[in-house]
Amino acid sequence: MREREEEWTGLMRSAISGDSAAYHRLLKAVTPVLRAAARRGLARAGQPIDQSEDIVQDILLAVHLKRHTWDANAPFAPWLFAIARNKLIDSLRRRGRRVFVNIDDFAETIASEPAAETAPASEVSAQLQSLPARQRDVLQSIAVDSASIKETAAKFAISEGAVRVALHRGLASLTAKLREQ
Amino acid sequence: MQTDQLIRTLAADNAHRARPVGFVVMLALLAAAPVSLLMFFAALGVRPDVMTAMHNPFFDLKFAVTLALAIAAISVSLHLSRPEASLRGWGWLLLIPAGLLIAGIVGEMMMPPRMLTMPQRLPMMTRLVGSNSRVCMTAIPLLSLPLLAAALVGLRHGAPARPAVAGAIAGLLSAGLAATLYASHCTDDSPLFVATWYTIAAALVTAIGALVGSRVLRF
Repeated sequence: MREREEEWTGLMRSAISGDSAAYHRLLKAVTPVLRAAARRGLARAGQPIDQSEDIVQDILLAVHLKRHTWDANAPFAPWLFAIARNKLIDSLRRRGRRVFVNIDDFAETIASEPAAETAPASEVSAQLQSLPARQRDVLQSIAVDSASIKETAAKFAISEGAVRVALHRGLASLTAKLREQ
Repeated sequence: MQTDQLIRTLAADNAHRARPVGFVVMLALLAAAPVSLLMFFAALGVRPDVMTAMHNPFFDLKFAVTLALAIAAISVSLHLSRPEASLRGWGWLLLIPAGLLIAGIVGEMMMPPRMLTMPQRLPMMTRLVGSNSRVCMTAIPLLSLPLLAAALVGLRHGAPARPAVAGAIAGLLSAGLAATLYASHCTDDSPLFVATWYTIAAALVTAIGALVGSRVLRF
């Protein structure tokens, strides 16, 4: 567990200094842990655990948009688990249950791989449709069609800067819509 | 959208850098300050005898208390804007203004009368009740509203684990700044007056901050 968390801290430091590959690896590495915690939270609240993917994506978006509140001199895991706990409680509350989520639930979590019973997340996809056209097109191009920023810029005949702005604004408004739903 | 697709999208946005929460909060407060200043000078203004009042230590103490409150609350609210933060180890900062106030009350009681300026020689209850309590309780909350709105807008940039607590501290922060303005208008300098009426006004703003914060500071 300790080694795992030290590795995360290192990856996040690299990510902040501009290494997108490290950031990608970090998000990949924390996702199974978040998924296991989300499943446990749902199970404890008596909710079907096949909704865990919506919660995982909700947490990932918050991690991304609030990463400037992480202190690069502090370990990454406590910050991550605080964000995750907050989002998990929020999601369960929205689903009508009030539950107590212990922070240790995350620290002691063994990664769980996606299982067959996990339904594909639908909330992000649904909210994606309500975004302004430019943001939706850019997000879809990068997320679904696996295009790079450069390719997306060429496809829509806009500058790479405009793609970056639309991408970030799209992610921020997606998160706001998920929070308000 | 598959989670893997979302992760790839987030990684593509890695280059985006957000400004630190402290910077955004300061910017918002600086933008709101002229509104409160304008309200203050339009409706109240600095008391006319301010030059002589400055020689009264109890007049000066008011600023020490209100500024200590504002500075302590700014530090605590920025600390609380991080999701893993709690009040533990930081809450005592908020006791500094209370300690200053208590020291002031004790000092006023202990000082021999000949060392006190005229208003400080009045009986205790008269000093506590003062003559501006109603203005004080109206002015401080009203002057603090633009600052509270600014602090909340700034803190939205953070990720407080307890939005109501963070909102309450934002209330204290704005009340401290508003009270600093108001203190230069008010002719009641007794720490007993400050401890009573300023505290009630600050508590009101704190409650508003907690209420609004619990809604707008969720992330």
